[in-house]
Amino acid sequence: MGRKRIRVLVAKPGLDGHDRGAKVVARALRDAGMEVIYTGLHQTPEAIVEAALQEDVDVVGLSILSGAHMTMFPRVRELLREKGAEHVVITGGGILPEDDIAELQKVGIGRLFTPGTTTDEIVKYIREAAASDN
Amino acid sequence: MKGAGVVTATDFLERFLAGDRLALARAISAVEDEADGYRDFLREIYGRAGKAYLVGITGPPGAGKSTLVSHLAERYAAAGRDVGVVAVDPTSPFTGGALLGDRIRMNELAGNERIFIRSMATRGGPGGLAKATGEVALTMDAFGLDLVLIETVGVGQSELDVANSADTTVVVVVPESGDAVQAMKAGLMEIADVLVVNKADREGAEQMARELRVTLELKPEDGWRPPVVMSVATEGRGVDEILEAVAVHRSHLEKSNGLTTRRRARVRRQLEELLEYEFKCVCAAAPAYENLLELLTAEVQQGLLTPYEASARLFKEVSREI
Repeated sequence: MGRKRIRVLVAKPGLDGHDRGAKVVARALRDAGMEVIYTGLHQTPEAIVEAALQEDVDVVGLSILSGAHMTMFPRVRELLREKGAEHVVITGGGILPEDDIAELQKVGIGRLFTPGTTTDEIVKYIREAAASDN
Repeated sequence: MKGAGVVTATDFLERFLAGDRLALARAISAVEDEADGYRDFLREIYGRAGKAYLVGITGPPGAGKSTLVSHLAERYAAAGRDVGVVAVDPTSPFTGGALLGDRIRMNELAGNERIFIRSMATRGGPGGLAKATGEVALTMDAFGLDLVLIETVGVGQSELDVANSADTTVVVVVPESGDAVQAMKAGLMEIADVLVVNKADREGAEQMARELRVTLELKPEDGWRPPVVMSVATEGRGVDEILEAVAVHRSHLEKSNGLTTRRRARVRRQLEELLEYEFKCVCAAAPAYENLLELLTAEVQQGLLTPYEASARLFKEVSREI
């Protein structure tokens, strides 16, 4: 009889102030019937992970345009693991070179999206990822 | 998906009782989703609840509720209390999705181990809250938090349910609410135990506060006249005064037996709501329900029956099958 909704945390870590992409994605996920917790700009990995735990999300989506992705994604992964929330899928998007994406996926980060991605692709991926999360 | 296997709500009971915050988060989801076993879980923790004080924060959209809640939570935590925040935002009736943005105004609380914030979508709940808001507050209470702040969605004149869920209700308005206050006399004003004029550095704040005080003098005498507090939430001004007003109201309730009365009324209302819900489920489960509902809907639309006749007939037919 459960009425589970997919819950997603959308956050922008680091110093860049460009949150348009994050907002567009947040809205698309909401329109796809998900509950989206949007935390705004300049989040530390620690704050993101704490919010993800309190909100019991299935997925964390990070938007990173500042070039800090090689530190941010693994750090969030590591903190979630430390806190016993390995089941949370991490995804995200930004200006991400292909080599870096391959590298990040080796350390347990989910799919990453680059400019030009449609919101439909992101919605589809998050649905699948949340369904396999256990 | 979580819980897709055989994970049930009672599985994390032990960790919950041991004070594991992750277990609290999972428990809240289970209650909110009505996951398998959630009622057993609630039964296990029910006896532990009742110690936390519940403060409702409500008011029109953009009045500064989240910012005030952030400051209030911070002060309570600084005074050594463990604080839960339930921040409710609306679910889209069209897609079932929700954008929960109250945390944006609460970023300064990150890392504070005495504070636990949970965003909640209304999921069709009426009155500015979600159906499960009360149970979520109860879950936080049973977990051992000392205070739970319940922030409603931005409300208009009629979303007043928070007064049924909280011990003290704080209504936040802004100077611009001006004329609206006239209309609010019959709604929000009546549920306020404490009134806050936020953004008090704006023009008209003093006048607003004056008008509110005059209105409140006409309030039927029940031994409590809601104080009007001015604040500028973004600067943290007036926060101590709000805390003080809540504390005074709390002690008033405790001295006058009002707390027991309020909580009893809350339980009674909850029982009635549950009964209504169960009743509807029972009716809807009757084999003839769906077809009959369709048929009668058509007849009402064609003008053959009034809705009153139709629902009476629906009830009569269905109750034979229950």
